[in-house]
Amino acid sequence: MIEIAQLLVFGVVLGGIIALGAVGVSLLFGILRFAHFAHGDMMTLGAYIAFFFAATLGLPLYFAFPIAIVATIAIAVAIDQVLYRRLRRTAPVILLFSSFGMALILRSVVEMIFGPDTVVYDNAIRLPWTVAGLRIKPDHVVILAGTALLVAALHLFLRHTRTGKAMRAMADDPDLARVSGINTERVIVWTWVIGGGLAAAAGMFLALDTRLVPLMGWHILLPVFAAAILGGIGNPYGAILGGLAIGIATELSTLILPPVYKPAVAFLVIVAMLIWRPTGLFAGR
Amino acid sequence: MELPGLLSFLVFFVTFAGLYGVFALGLNVQWGISGQFNLGVHAFWAVGAYTSAILTTEPGGAHLGGFGLPMIAGLAAAMILCALLAVLVGLITVNLRTDYLAIATIGIAEVVRLVLKNEAWLTNGVRGIPGIPRPFAELGGDAPALVFLAIVALALGLVYAALEILRRSPWGRVQRALREDEAAAGAAGKNVTGFRLQSFVLGAAIMGLGGGLYAHFFAFISPEAFDPLITTFVVWVMLIAGGSGNNLGAVVGAFVIWGIWSGSGFLTELLPIEFQTRAGSLRILLIGILLQIILLTRPEGLIPEETAPRRKSGGG
Repeated sequence: MIEIAQLLVFGVVLGGIIALGAVGVSLLFGILRFAHFAHGDMMTLGAYIAFFFAATLGLPLYFAFPIAIVATIAIAVAIDQVLYRRLRRTAPVILLFSSFGMALILRSVVEMIFGPDTVVYDNAIRLPWTVAGLRIKPDHVVILAGTALLVAALHLFLRHTRTGKAMRAMADDPDLARVSGINTERVIVWTWVIGGGLAAAAGMFLALDTRLVPLMGWHILLPVFAAAILGGIGNPYGAILGGLAIGIATELSTLILPPVYKPAVAFLVIVAMLIWRPTGLFAGR
Repeated sequence: MELPGLLSFLVFFVTFAGLYGVFALGLNVQWGISGQFNLGVHAFWAVGAYTSAILTTEPGGAHLGGFGLPMIAGLAAAMILCALLAVLVGLITVNLRTDYLAIATIGIAEVVRLVLKNEAWLTNGVRGIPGIPRPFAELGGDAPALVFLAIVALALGLVYAALEILRRSPWGRVQRALREDEAAAGAAGKNVTGFRLQSFVLGAAIMGLGGGLYAHFFAFISPEAFDPLITTFVVWVMLIAGGSGNNLGAVVGAFVIWGIWSGSGFLTELLPIEFQTRAGSLRILLIGILLQIILLTRPEGLIPEETAPRRKSGGG
């Protein structure tokens, strides 16, 4: 029993990280109509920018993290304006393939600057606390609190700002949104701000939970997509629930599967969803 | 027999470019002709390579098999197994729209990678399979390399000829009709699912052939060799650069991009020694940027598909 509870703790931590990535993927998919394959590597990028400020310049993490989020947002918007914007007029599949190429570009830039080896933010060993028999790492508390804070901020933005409402409308039905007079280019830029910022946060939390390695983002891309599909494309709230579900399912899978097959769980969820309910669990499109 | 260094490199270059040409043709059946977005090329590549390796190596290895079969049997089995895998995959994914298909094929490739890495009884795990026989290796010197070049050229020629016949056939016309307008082709009484599955399976079998050839060419394979971003991505860039939908374009794209890739290798050798270890990343970066330029300026490729006067870019 305690073992399952422990796995649930790990699952919620992982699920929060996946959820932050999935919100961006889901909104981008809903608004721009393409699966953004560079999203995982955008997470890698955010994590490494924070590493640069924390390890190389020696700033504390609570300074390095916000700087990395802002920098990643700037890069995400720049990529969209320089590249994706020009490709939007063509078939969506061109955009999809361009983003696959962008995934490689981001990863090779990270690898060129920081090298292919594993690094960590700091080497200090923080002993886990034991709460009611559960082992909880201080980093987990940071990750969960940070995730909760960002999700709350996202909720306020989507519910109470004009741009947020426009974004939800566009993700729900881009054509209807356009004819009702929404400035779509502006909403698209804001979508990259939200998506890029949350991706950077997800990458940094992932790096905090595990380590930094140039492939980290690519390997979490499949769970992120799984969460977005599970939650229903274009539905950010569904993506958050989807992320938690994928995270928990991945960790619990070790009860019945060899741990080396953990990464396959997300794929099994995707296949099951595509066969059984391609529109997602939470009444997306 | 020994060839001078440059000629020896040229043989290596053409052999490898021809190998990539086989993959580009396989992908062209799936994407160029039929419009199915497969981002799991490396999965079929790996399954083909491992199948032929397991069947043709000598007994006594740490992995399954070592059946000592001739190479031709290994290649045939590689094609059959990849076709079977494609049927299995296709039954799930055949009617998905492009984005979902791309995600699903990445997932399948991920599962294949995990199996290759972790099922040591089957594949010897991360240590890989050594000693895959190369035909006529006993001749020594550069002769086996020349023989292998001939084998690859033969395979490429056969696949190309077969695909050209198919492309001009009624089958090819139905495939293109499906790609351009699935609903209309369906309304005209065509079995949409059946035709899409056929091209997916055919493309996968061709990739299996390429994978088998690759295993015999290098005589050693391990899961590391099937990095999705190097293999799948490069094959895709070849097809797009050459002109998807056009078999000749696929082959030309393979040679051009492989030429650029090899050439960038010479360039990165000029870098200071401390950057050498990161030269691989620089080459991927260059190919990535090249792809973006192609997509922005010439999405139809060097040799565009010849047929329709009205084209949707990318054929999607």
